[in-house]
Amino acid sequence: MPLIIDQEKCTGCAVCLERCPFNALTIADNLATVDDVTCTLCGACAKQGVCPFDAITLLREKKEAKSGIAAHRNIWIFAEQKKGVLQGVVYELLGKARELADVRQQEVWAVLLGKTVAHKAQELIACGADKVVVVEDDCLEFFEDETYANVITRLCRNYKPEIVLCGATTIGRALIPRVAVQLKTGLTADCTELHIDPEKQLLVQTRPAFGGNIMARILCPQHRPQMSTVRHKVFPAAQPDSGRTGEIIREAFDAREKANNARVVDVIEILEDTVNLTDANIIVSGGRGIKGPANFAMLHDLAKAVGGAVGASRAAVDEGWIQYSHQVGQTGKTVNPKVYIACGISGQIQHLVGMQSSDVIIAINKDPDAPMMKIATLALCGDLFQIIPELIKQLK
Amino acid sequence: MNYLLTEEQLMIKETAREIAQKRIKPIAIEYDEKNEFPWEIQKIIADAGLFGVYLSEQYGGMIDPAKTNGITNLVVAVEELSKACGGISLSLAATALGTLPIVLFGSDEQKQKYLPDLASGAKLAAFAVTEAGAGSDAGSIQTTARKDGDDYILNGTKQWITNGEVAETYAVVAMTDKTKGARGATAFIIEKGTPGFSFGKKEDKMGIRASSTYELVFDDCKVPASQLLGKVGQGFVVAMKTFDMSRPGVAAQALGIAAGALDDAVAYARQRVQFGKPIIANQGLRFLLADMAMKVEASRALVYAVARSIDAGDLKCQKESAIAKCFASDMAMEVTTDAVQVFGGYGYMKEYPMEKRMRDAKITQIYEGTNQIQRDVIGHALVKEAASNEK
Amino acid sequence: MIIVVCIKQVPDTNNVRINPETKTLIREGVESIINPFDCYALEEGVRLKERMGGKVIVLTMGPPQAESALREAISLGADEAVLLSDRAFAGSDTLATSYALAQAIRKLGHVDLIICGKQAIDGDTAQVGPGIAVHLGFPQITYVRKIEAIENGIIRAERLNEEGYDVLEVALPAMLTVVKEINQPRIASLKGKMAAKKAVIPTWKAADVGADPALVGLEGSPTLVVEIFTPPPRKGGKTITGEPADIAGEAIRDMRAMGIV
Repeated sequence: MPLIIDQEKCTGCAVCLERCPFNALTIADNLATVDDVTCTLCGACAKQGVCPFDAITLLREKKEAKSGIAAHRNIWIFAEQKKGVLQGVVYELLGKARELADVRQQEVWAVLLGKTVAHKAQELIACGADKVVVVEDDCLEFFEDETYANVITRLCRNYKPEIVLCGATTIGRALIPRVAVQLKTGLTADCTELHIDPEKQLLVQTRPAFGGNIMARILCPQHRPQMSTVRHKVFPAAQPDSGRTGEIIREAFDAREKANNARVVDVIEILEDTVNLTDANIIVSGGRGIKGPANFAMLHDLAKAVGGAVGASRAAVDEGWIQYSHQVGQTGKTVNPKVYIACGISGQIQHLVGMQSSDVIIAINKDPDAPMMKIATLALCGDLFQIIPELIKQLK
Repeated sequence: MNYLLTEEQLMIKETAREIAQKRIKPIAIEYDEKNEFPWEIQKIIADAGLFGVYLSEQYGGMIDPAKTNGITNLVVAVEELSKACGGISLSLAATALGTLPIVLFGSDEQKQKYLPDLASGAKLAAFAVTEAGAGSDAGSIQTTARKDGDDYILNGTKQWITNGEVAETYAVVAMTDKTKGARGATAFIIEKGTPGFSFGKKEDKMGIRASSTYELVFDDCKVPASQLLGKVGQGFVVAMKTFDMSRPGVAAQALGIAAGALDDAVAYARQRVQFGKPIIANQGLRFLLADMAMKVEASRALVYAVARSIDAGDLKCQKESAIAKCFASDMAMEVTTDAVQVFGGYGYMKEYPMEKRMRDAKITQIYEGTNQIQRDVIGHALVKEAASNEK
Repeated sequence: MIIVVCIKQVPDTNNVRINPETKTLIREGVESIINPFDCYALEEGVRLKERMGGKVIVLTMGPPQAESALREAISLGADEAVLLSDRAFAGSDTLATSYALAQAIRKLGHVDLIICGKQAIDGDTAQVGPGIAVHLGFPQITYVRKIEAIENGIIRAERLNEEGYDVLEVALPAMLTVVKEINQPRIASLKGKMAAKKAVIPTWKAADVGADPALVGLEGSPTLVVEIFTPPPRKGGKTITGEPADIAGEAIRDMRAMGIV
């Protein structure tokens, strides 16, 4: 067991127990013991400064670097497109990929699949791609899990990227896990930070866990490519530079890659409010305090008055007061607006995880101690049913 | 406190509690407002298996009748459901009231025909005795059942029948021979849809509005002899013996309503801040809650004791059974009134669930034998006991 | 139909709090529950079985205490349960986990459908379902909000996406991940609870499912957690109290000063 507790040094003080996110440590006979089935070897207890007696060590085997790793080069991004439109997250991936590539002194490549999409390659180059691999075929018009995965897996095997980034969109989350398993490599989901460790020259992937209560830093030391997904609105978008040049690599679609046991029957759009939530600069969001579906009309009015979109906490969506497409949070959308106006939202961590990077947070709640009120730039303490109409009135 | 519930009873309690808190609580006010029967909840209660808790395994229920009468099972389920809504829990309690006559007096064919659906909750039952002119004075019912060959023709109107219209199976008591007085009534099982059997007025009630209360109209309703429940002339015996078994169920409804009110009152008092502190910090308020808790516990002890006695085979505990029903319902009225008081202004508003509980509690003092009748029964029993002790 | 539902026992992260002094997770008093999304998966599997016949086998990879989650699943309608538990699995990331589960599913024999919840609320990766599909060579439909039909060996379902939904068809056997919109999980029935009590649940170890030791546990995990920390809390600004009209007025003045309105 790589987690070693020095019984000579251990005094059974139990400080380490508090640190363990997995409840794997117990005190027996005045000594800390680890349940090696529950322990995930995360190292939280072994960290410098945790054990007052330095009694805990986590042995990490110095594995021989797997041969062939050095052959992997370049930072790839999956250029997700729907109906020929590049998705917003793609520009953010390009920005981050450029950063990583500059540190690694490597190239940024974009992978673009579709029916007629080659004309989009220039846009990708303008936003930072050095090369764009384009695969076009009728079969690729609509996203199909296995087919897309087969193509990307083949490209990765042939070109051997070092890092692959993909948006944590519905498509991304269906596609990239399949690719990672086919390549037998590691994938880290929903990264909020990505940087290259200067010493190890490895991609350090930081992501939330336990509903956002803790953050984990993850490495993929021995396998390539190192793969990550990133949610829309976490990283800033790359700005286009029409002066940039790059190469377009056309790869043919191999008919054997078409999954013959799946097909897209239909694509249904549910037309809704005009402003897209994730792209909105101002969001007016409602939670349990809104008390009912009819009251969301008031939020729509406020949103109109400030030129924003309407969001909701999981509580409001679960109650059926507003549709899931408005949900912000761990199991909803991540948003990063300039202004987030939280109305009657207590601010559970699972919600905060989806919006806490907003520039300005304005919270309206009658409970001054609600978590959302504590982190708000402006905390309006009172009855939202009176304050919001006043805001609407005075904004006119 | 350990109420000495069996493992099965604990399972029943847990299941009913989950349904009450997760499914009934969120929609109770809505169904009360709409005066509507909650079929979706009825299905959930049925799917969970609660309709069979007091019925024999032989018919798809849960009990072994050789070992128990299943009344504690019923009480536990009704209490938990009533904590969320005393009207919705009635679909189970009143079905039990309409089913017990078949359990006690039905022939094997009748049991085989009706009990499986009632145990699974596929069908509901109702018990019909009350009429416009015959409430406490059940003996003066006017609905007649005239013998015609091998059939009986029923004519008359029953009033205020719980589960009316939603039930498929009705245990109805009618007069077969008015000259014989108390021995002139007979019980019948009548199915919904029988020609001549229709529904009249739907009642608009003060409380338990999610419960369906209807007038039953019999207009030359022909009922074959196979539907006779028990013997001719045994009608009031059927009714009395049924009530003896079902009374703890009503008491459990009252208990649940009161217990739910108490829980909510404590929760509210802990978070409502006035004068800079939660109102529960005031000793006076805690005293009020303590009095409410005493009433609830005393009711519970009485109701469970009677249920257990019945399950152990003692069917002669009419006095204790009347005490339990009377006490639990009177206490429920007091506790819910006090609970509204704890909630203050919010207790008076329909937006909050408390005022409904007060309206729901009232009926428990009235039906299945008014509390005045219960006191009458208790009084007479005291006299009888004293007299027999003297011998 | 033979339906396998994969579940995970997780801490109820809705109730997890951070100790403000040590900045660590307070696990005490936090219940272990069936991952909420897996409850929807289980309910869908049970409904399919009720409609089409067959059985639902519920499977989990976890420590011995995960057995209670399997029993709860039986009370909710699963017919059989298997616990995949072995020290060898400790430290597994999603690749190693999906491999181990796939091995266990292979051992179950013929399977028509695998249903998983969209993601686990502790890991939140949503990777294990698709991973299982690849290991078994199954097609997949993720984020299923409704199953429209299963006939002639083909399943047609709606996949929830950002703009609405897609209607997809895949051949069975297949893997589905489901979202909350798909159904409302039932309350455990008395019959179910009694079955759960009586159920015999086997524990399978790595060797029982023919798992290659190099592909499970720490050994089989390409990714590695090197640090866990609590994110620094965002600091608050100012509180505005008073009459609603005044609150609104001051807020708007501040918003104008910030250039928001």
